[in-house]
Amino acid sequence: MSLGSFLMRKTAIAVATMVAVSFLIFLALEVNIEEVAVKVLGQYSTAEQRAAWLTQNGYDDPFLIRYLRWLMNFVTGDWGQSTYFRAPVMEMILPRLAASAVLAGGALLVIVVFGLSLGVLAGMRPGSLLDRVISVISVVTTSIPDFASAVFLSGIFVFWLGLLPGASTMISGFSLRELILPVSVLGLYSMGYLARVTRASMVDVMGTHYVRTARLKGASLSRIVLRHALRNALITPVTVIMLQLPWLLSGVIVVEVFYAYKGFGTLLYDAALNQDIYLIEACAMISVLVVVVSQILSDLIYGWLNPRIDLGAKA
Amino acid sequence: MKALSRYLATPLVLIGGLLSFGWLLVAILAPLIAPYDPLQTIQPLMRPLNSGPNGEFFLLGTDMLGRDIFSRLIWGAQTVVIYSTLATLTAYVFGLSLGLVAGYAGGRTDAVLCYLANVVLSFPVLVLYIVIIVVIGASPLNIVIAVTFSSAPAIFRIVRAITIDVASRDFVNAAITQGESTLRILFVDILPNTTGPLAVDFCLRLGYTAITIGTLGFLGLGLPPPTPDWGGMVNEGRGMAIAFPHLVIFPCIAISSLTLGLSLLADGLREVNDAKERQA
Repeated sequence: MSLGSFLMRKTAIAVATMVAVSFLIFLALEVNIEEVAVKVLGQYSTAEQRAAWLTQNGYDDPFLIRYLRWLMNFVTGDWGQSTYFRAPVMEMILPRLAASAVLAGGALLVIVVFGLSLGVLAGMRPGSLLDRVISVISVVTTSIPDFASAVFLSGIFVFWLGLLPGASTMISGFSLRELILPVSVLGLYSMGYLARVTRASMVDVMGTHYVRTARLKGASLSRIVLRHALRNALITPVTVIMLQLPWLLSGVIVVEVFYAYKGFGTLLYDAALNQDIYLIEACAMISVLVVVVSQILSDLIYGWLNPRIDLGAKA
Repeated sequence: MKALSRYLATPLVLIGGLLSFGWLLVAILAPLIAPYDPLQTIQPLMRPLNSGPNGEFFLLGTDMLGRDIFSRLIWGAQTVVIYSTLATLTAYVFGLSLGLVAGYAGGRTDAVLCYLANVVLSFPVLVLYIVIIVVIGASPLNIVIAVTFSSAPAIFRIVRAITIDVASRDFVNAAITQGESTLRILFVDILPNTTGPLAVDFCLRLGYTAITIGTLGFLGLGLPPPTPDWGGMVNEGRGMAIAFPHLVIFPCIAISSLTLGLSLLADGLREVNDAKERQA
């Protein structure tokens, strides 16, 4: 199957998923129009006000009509007004998304650099002391909830050593120092997971015949790892990196709230606390979109790294 | 059994088991070992190892409402054990039965169920929780519902994959030829073969669920106060953590040790399974 038709097929599946997701989100948040009116107009609005508002905004139409209209508006970029912030939802989300991308990008960098290298080091000599130490570190870091590691890291670096700022509000402009703690907390969690995947893949490759041949030829361990093993061992981990994005997105919410970072996560959180339904709808749609796109990318990277795999066969 | 005893000898699994069962024990014995009522106001913001006006001793200090943190941690263990187990079990009931059906029936049933599972799984977990909690509100029951909704699809996938594998084996064909009912085949012939991998997943998922309940509590979207809840304690104490770090440090240590214990235990079970498979 060619790359083109592979992409077409994946995109079709992604669109089908997005349609179902959008329906679920709309169903959950807008099936009960009375509640929509209360959430938009506030608890102290009168019944007449709500009824008038509902009629004015087309809420008297059947549910399916309203859903289709909402979906069309969403696709064409009309995401409605935030009821709490009194601003167009799209204008609010885009800068926050960019801010979160900075955070997630930094975390990805940490995850890739440390996760891959720790995994390779551990998998080079399975069963060695280094392997055990790294395995323990990865279990520990992936088991601790984000908010707890944020508390621990802040306790050490902010209160005890006084080295880093305890919040990353970026009030006085962009500051790299304020990014260190949030990025580390996010990185720690996924890094251990990636290290474990890399280790397993590395152990597999180190046991293959071609690596044994290289060994019998008398090649040094570093040469075997760098020239022979690494290229095959990294295929799975690199694919897994993209699949970490959904986890990262969940982590972003916690970390942003903890460090008062003005990103997508705090926006969704504020929207949830204030029952700002149009903002929640858009935020939920965007986060699912990020996940779906990252899955396609992960498939593409896998196919690109591993030409033995027929993209069409494994859908 | 041999594999189990051999594996228990390694220190990590031992630690995992001690932590998990230790917390379970604390949860069960909470009424006996907690020195004070977790909701009772005694003396606000006492530091750890201090004594109150009437000679009360606070091992881990008190919170801003004057409640003994040690007692709240102990009762919080009960909260997290009850709700994590309950939520994980309900998720298993749905994931397991749908997975068996989809894997065994195949065809259109399978395709539809897989599609639905994919749809739910394309939500980042926390986003899904937030949407559900916004719609149905934060209450103990609703948290169980939210966890079920988001965990069941993942369990479904595992069970479905194993079922497809097992259903093609000879003993299942023999059962069909004998004229056994489909229900009997699903639950008596196929289900027991899934227990190995599922035991590992169950431990891991208990840990995830504990993390989730903690995280929701931390975000202020979890079990409503004044329920003693570790995540909620971090949330309440966060504003004063600079002056009174004991408000947040101890609940964080509690939840981390529980989730770490569960994942070490899951690792141990996985090794036991692998060893069994190698022998078979």
